[in-house]
Amino acid sequence: MRDRRLSHGARRAREFEAFVAGAAGRLLHTATLLTAEPPDANPRARRLLALSLAHTYADWDRRSGEDPYDDARQYLATRFARAIWYRYGGAPGRVRPPDPRHPLAELTPQERLIVVLRLYEGVAEEQAAALLGLPAERVRAICARAVSTLLHPAHRAAPRGAGGTGPVSGAGAKAATP
Amino acid sequence: MGSAASGRGAVNRAEREGAVRRLMERVSPPVPLDVYPEAVRRGERLLRRRRLARRVLWLLACAAVVAFTVWAARTHPWVEPPSQTTPPLDGW
Repeated sequence: MRDRRLSHGARRAREFEAFVAGAAGRLLHTATLLTAEPPDANPRARRLLALSLAHTYADWDRRSGEDPYDDARQYLATRFARAIWYRYGGAPGRVRPPDPRHPLAELTPQERLIVVLRLYEGVAEEQAAALLGLPAERVRAICARAVSTLLHPAHRAAPRGAGGTGPVSGAGAKAATP
Repeated sequence: MGSAASGRGAVNRAEREGAVRRLMERVSPPVPLDVYPEAVRRGERLLRRRRLARRVLWLLACAAVVAFTVWAARTHPWVEPPSQTTPPLDGW
């Protein structure tokens, strides 16, 4: 009995180590896309990764045969959604601005979450909607808006410009992005 | 006509989504070396906490059952209490 338990623990440790070796890079990339931190200084993304991996570890035996990556990703996404709710819902002064060199810096946290889930992780629209508790049409609309913001940053560049000359700074931004 | 337009729209959308996907795949952060031990440490802590919480809840449930049994055995709440308002009716 004890032997069996020991070998079960060893197998579980081996399986989990293999899972971490395979999935940590992609999960950390996802987390860094969500938090919009620079790739070499991403404490929030690392924390998200550590929490989601710890939950995957704790639930390893209760998993009913499905992909542990799905569990980890789901935990990551819901945790980030909750962080948006707490962090960005209240005072905007507390929010650290996203790194301007980040590819998704133009987006709001919710837009980032939906774009990353839909396009980077390839989660289906209905699944993403169920995960975030939103209607599927809203997910589609947010995703489309985020895609057009990313491809034509000039539309949203006005508040980020230095002065009040909206059209001029918009044209500058458009010219600057190839 | 409509189908051609929607077909072109779908192609356009796929192209745009592909562009965004490439944008997101451009930089990838380096994975820290201590990911696995850190995950095991936090996971074990989580398991310990869950075990502790389960134990405390079981203990509370058992204590509640014992307390209820003792109280019920002492006060017999199922026995009708003697009437306080009507005097006993006897002698007619």
